[in-house]
Amino acid sequence: MKLEYPINGKFGEFGGRFIPETLFPAVEELEQAYLKFKDDEDFRQELDYYLREYAGRPTPLYLAKNLSEFVGGAKIYLKREDLLHGGAHKINNTLGQGLLAKRMKKKRIIAETGAGQHGVATAMACATLGLQSEVYMGYKDTQRQKLNVFRMKILGSAVHPVKEGTQTLKDAINEAIRDWITNVKTTYYLLGSAVGPHPYPVMVRDFQAVIGKEILSQMKGLEKKSPDSVVACVGGGSNAIGTFYPLIDEENTRMFGIEAGGEGIGTDHHSATLTAGSKGILHGMLTYLLQDKHGQIQDTHSIAAGLDYPGVGPEHSYLKDSKRVTYDTISDGDAIHAFLMLSKHEGIIPALESSHAVAYAMKLAKKMSKSETVVVTLSGRGDKDVEVVEKYLSKNVKNSR
Amino acid sequence: MSRIQDRFSELKAKNQKAFIAYAMAGYPSDKETISTVQGLVKGGADIIELGLPFSDPLADGPVIQNASFRALQKGMNFDRFVNLVKKIRMESNIPLVLMTYTNLVYSHGYDKFISTMKKAGIDGLILPDMAVEESDHYLDVVRKNNMDAIFLISPNTSEERIKKISKASSGFVYLVSVYGTTGAQKQFQQYTLDAIKNAKRILDGKIPLGVGFGVNNAEQAKLILQAGADAIIVASAFLRLIEKTPKTKIQSKIVTFAKSLKKATISE
Ligand SMILES: Cc1ncc(COP(=O)(O)O)c(C=O)c1O
Repeated sequence: MKLEYPINGKFGEFGGRFIPETLFPAVEELEQAYLKFKDDEDFRQELDYYLREYAGRPTPLYLAKNLSEFVGGAKIYLKREDLLHGGAHKINNTLGQGLLAKRMKKKRIIAETGAGQHGVATAMACATLGLQSEVYMGYKDTQRQKLNVFRMKILGSAVHPVKEGTQTLKDAINEAIRDWITNVKTTYYLLGSAVGPHPYPVMVRDFQAVIGKEILSQMKGLEKKSPDSVVACVGGGSNAIGTFYPLIDEENTRMFGIEAGGEGIGTDHHSATLTAGSKGILHGMLTYLLQDKHGQIQDTHSIAAGLDYPGVGPEHSYLKDSKRVTYDTISDGDAIHAFLMLSKHEGIIPALESSHAVAYAMKLAKKMSKSETVVVTLSGRGDKDVEVVEKYLSKNVKNSR
Repeated sequence: MSRIQDRFSELKAKNQKAFIAYAMAGYPSDKETISTVQGLVKGGADIIELGLPFSDPLADGPVIQNASFRALQKGMNFDRFVNLVKKIRMESNIPLVLMTYTNLVYSHGYDKFISTMKKAGIDGLILPDMAVEESDHYLDVVRKNNMDAIFLISPNTSEERIKKISKASSGFVYLVSVYGTTGAQKQFQQYTLDAIKNAKRILDGKIPLGVGFGVNNAEQAKLILQAGADAIIVASAFLRLIEKTPKTKIQSKIVTFAKSLKKATISE
């Protein structure tokens, strides 16, 4: 299948620029700069240098032998983005955008963060590139990801807790956009996922596409063929689109984007935007959203703060409707189970976000033959989550007594 | 001609500028919204902007955010908004502009949302996150219903874009006075006055220019009108007044404040 997009910033009907007029010159300037530098030899070399020497690319594609045996089906490979500096795939994007901001002569960087991983990756990139950073984070998220708040501060970033609305990622984005409107001339908005107005979804995808490119060439080396299935978790959708995009023309590769099923998509407590949502407009883009019948954005829930978002990148909306990618959900409980299983069998503690993908890959692999392969993008490591998991487990032990 | 366009022509004939006042539907309650609007009309408002609250008002500062949140908590929604507009229309012929965010219109369906609003008595729409590039279908529906689509421009909008936006707009063009969200409480800087002059030159008398965001008192209103604006738009200042006034006194306070602003639009 050949996908013709984006055209005028749109993936089919999705995407676009639904933004206050004040931001229009800023996104135009960004698009111009991005188009100018993305194939620029100097820019590419500098980015490759930082990705290699600073962030630790390429990341291994690790055959999880014990887990595969435990599951008893296809071979499960882990794309080890958790080994990157900072502990998540987010650094691929923050280094790219940071270098772009520098070339645009913007010294003040703002960002939003959910789990805190993008905030940390922004603070790191800014520290090493000599930029000043300020991060907006929902108050609820600052409470459940205290360690990351502290890391950002140590790295020299200011952290602004957001007490508006649901006090999670969507509200952090709202506040970052308000800051951008106010300081549009001096400030670069370093968005952390493949969401927002054009050109962000395309640009973030391109910076994350290094994941899928490496998977493809590593699989050709290890297995002499492209993977039979790839699985990635979907919050805003950056690690997933970075995984999928370079593999889109591999017709034999099935792709699975996994959303947070929370306490079940029959309840109000989930973040399964593509699975349970409807089309709408938020944060500058037309995409699937979780909203009520009047168009008010709904509260979301996930045990993984990084998946707790009522929207999704517009390219995923397009890939869902075109059926190239299958989107499905994993519940809080199943994610926790996968978190424990991967830790126990492989000695790898995955981020709770990534645990959703691991859980789905385990289910999938079970139904596949031993000669087949499943690649899971392990988007981050789980050190940040041990407290949340501990709480979940002690609560559930109490409940089951 | 629409009610909005008629109002601008009447005012022009009287050598007055327009005073546009904002009320948030459902804040602090449906009943008080009606008495707020009555107070604004009594105080001399020429056009009323009625806000339909959205959960994620990203162009708004704390005052409108808070009012939106409270109105939604009390259950303001599409149906109640329509009823409110009908009630206002029974008492007054004042031009009514609906201000909300694009998702509420889109998710309802442009046709159904806009034609229902027209029937209820709304004359025009302002959507701060609707870019002209995305507006083809929206504009078709607005025009089919003989309503006005009011687009926003900003101090950093290029001449070429101002032209494009003014072509898409009818009723008036809304200039955002400052770099910032609604309700800024700063003194206006020279760039605001320059932006007004620049926009007036480009619009070339073809469509009136309204200026809003952070207009808090009669003095600021005068400054903006002197720079060439055809209308001042005051929103957060009214919500602040409502916030700190006991319910029984809201209307009289609003009348007094509105009068002071209307006075600024009448040249001595
Ligand atoms: C480890 C990890 N994985 C995934 C995500 C979800 O983001 P995205 O869907 O953009 O990859 C996050 C977000 O914070 C994260 O920290």
